Amino acid sequence: MRRADEARRTVAAVWRIESARIVATLTRTVGDFALAEDLAQDALAEALAQWPASGIPSNPGAWLTTVAKRRAIDGWRRRERYDERLAAIAHDLERERAEATDATGELPYDPDAIDDDVLRLVFVSCHPVLSREARVALTLRVVGGLSTEEIARAFLVPVSTVQQRIVRAKKTLGEAGVPFEVPPREEFAARLGTVLGVLYLIFNEGHSASAGPDLMRPELGREALRLGRVLTALVPREPEAHGLVALMELTAARFPARIDANGDPVLLEDQDRLRWDRSAITRGRAALARADAIGRGRGPYALQAAIAEQHAVAASVAETDWGAIVALYGALAEVAPSPVVELNRAVAVAMADGPEAGLAIVDALADDRRLARYHPLHGVRGELLERLGRADDARAAFAEAARLTANERERAVLLARAAAPRTPT
Amino acid sequence: MPKYMLIMRADDRGVEAYQELDFEQVIEAMGRYNEAMMNAGVLLAGEGLSDASEGFVVDYSNEEPLVTDGPYGETKELFNGFWIIEVASKEEAVEWAKRCPLGPGAFLEVRRVNEMDEFPQDNEWIQKEAGWREEQAQRAAKA
Repeated sequence: MRRADEARRTVAAVWRIESARIVATLTRTVGDFALAEDLAQDALAEALAQWPASGIPSNPGAWLTTVAKRRAIDGWRRRERYDERLAAIAHDLERERAEATDATGELPYDPDAIDDDVLRLVFVSCHPVLSREARVALTLRVVGGLSTEEIARAFLVPVSTVQQRIVRAKKTLGEAGVPFEVPPREEFAARLGTVLGVLYLIFNEGHSASAGPDLMRPELGREALRLGRVLTALVPREPEAHGLVALMELTAARFPARIDANGDPVLLEDQDRLRWDRSAITRGRAALARADAIGRGRGPYALQAAIAEQHAVAASVAETDWGAIVALYGALAEVAPSPVVELNRAVAVAMADGPEAGLAIVDALADDRRLARYHPLHGVRGELLERLGRADDARAAFAEAARLTANERERAVLLARAAAPRTPT
Repeated sequence: MPKYMLIMRADDRGVEAYQELDFEQVIEAMGRYNEAMMNAGVLLAGEGLSDASEGFVVDYSNEEPLVTDGPYGETKELFNGFWIIEVASKEEAVEWAKRCPLGPGAFLEVRRVNEMDEFPQDNEWIQKEAGWREEQAQRAAKA
């Protein structure tokens, strides 16, 4: 029983390492993403059945790919669709069998061709024709190599829900006739933006659970970071890909300090900065430097990373360069204007020029219908009113924020603040 | 996700074998290995070390630390470099370790990196930090 368990975990590990390349290669070979994904899953099932007894093959990725290709041939034979494509795959398999007996036992392959296929796979998984949930599920499954169960666990939804999302997503891609290609130049920037958006969505899900009892599911955040690194290796000349990795590293650096021993959230000003992950900060700053070195300016992710960097290098809230942060939010409001950015700018302004100046921006925002149900707005308002000594107004704002949040732990903290606002220091 | 350090070690046999190898080939094989880990997004850090003849050993057996220049004579375990990878499981660390292009006389020791929250919270330094933190907070409040 233990051995079977070990083998299963090993298969899962190999799958995480190889799945993107396997599905990408198969999609190119069989010309159909949905079929390729099915075949890859079949091969995975076969590995689970065989490896516990036979041991792990020396080149597990090649083993899985070969099994999947054989499955493809069997399927076509059954349906008597012996066409050119099938002949080509059969020829491939023959050639590989011959080559596998060469001195190294390694299958010769062109890594650049595989990288191109993986990049195509990333763009297919994050295609705009899919719903956001579908993009997330598909990306984690085919690019990240996570199992349906793992995805379901991470998002606190039933396994059947994730399965349905993936089945529907594959159907949608098929019906829309989405080609297996890197988007043409005129679409590239927008499509890359969609990919980055999916990764950031996954990261944020780990960074602050939008519902449920746990404030954070760091594992999901780490996976988003890993996929971000995969992407920067595939598109090394895209500053925003590096910018996103920088932002995620610098944000994740604060994970160890973001919750206290009881699992309650700790505000930035109360965080023990000695618990921040210095290695992650170093990696994040290096990624931001790489984004800058490309010389095409800073996009929204790089700007947010630069803001996170200002926090990361400051010894305390008081010693933070709030002027620089106000300027960075100003730049961010230029390239990606949004009420949320404006709210964050208000916080920085309050730190740089006093709570009165910040509250003026927040109160102007409170009239924005898009923000009416955005609980952080009310939290920030409470915070600023508290600092101005307006305890009753602060109490009402915190209570409103508590009413609007779906995160149980956050609600408890907000209710506590509504019950007893802090006195200004 | 846990982090693991892959520690590259060699004994005398490995060191000798390395001298015989074609340097270009070694660089290429290691380069491919590093690239594979980078492409998979698991590589966080890594360094290779220069020849042991440039190194020195500090021995604390006696009252005064004793410094001895390299090379070190008979070697059972010469530390030659490391990688730090972040992976989902121990099995994944094993899988990456197995792919390292090393030969006879070379070994990889794989060790999990301690996470921040594994340090004892009752340690005097941890407590000192708490005190220091309060001081900082007071200073911040006065600022």
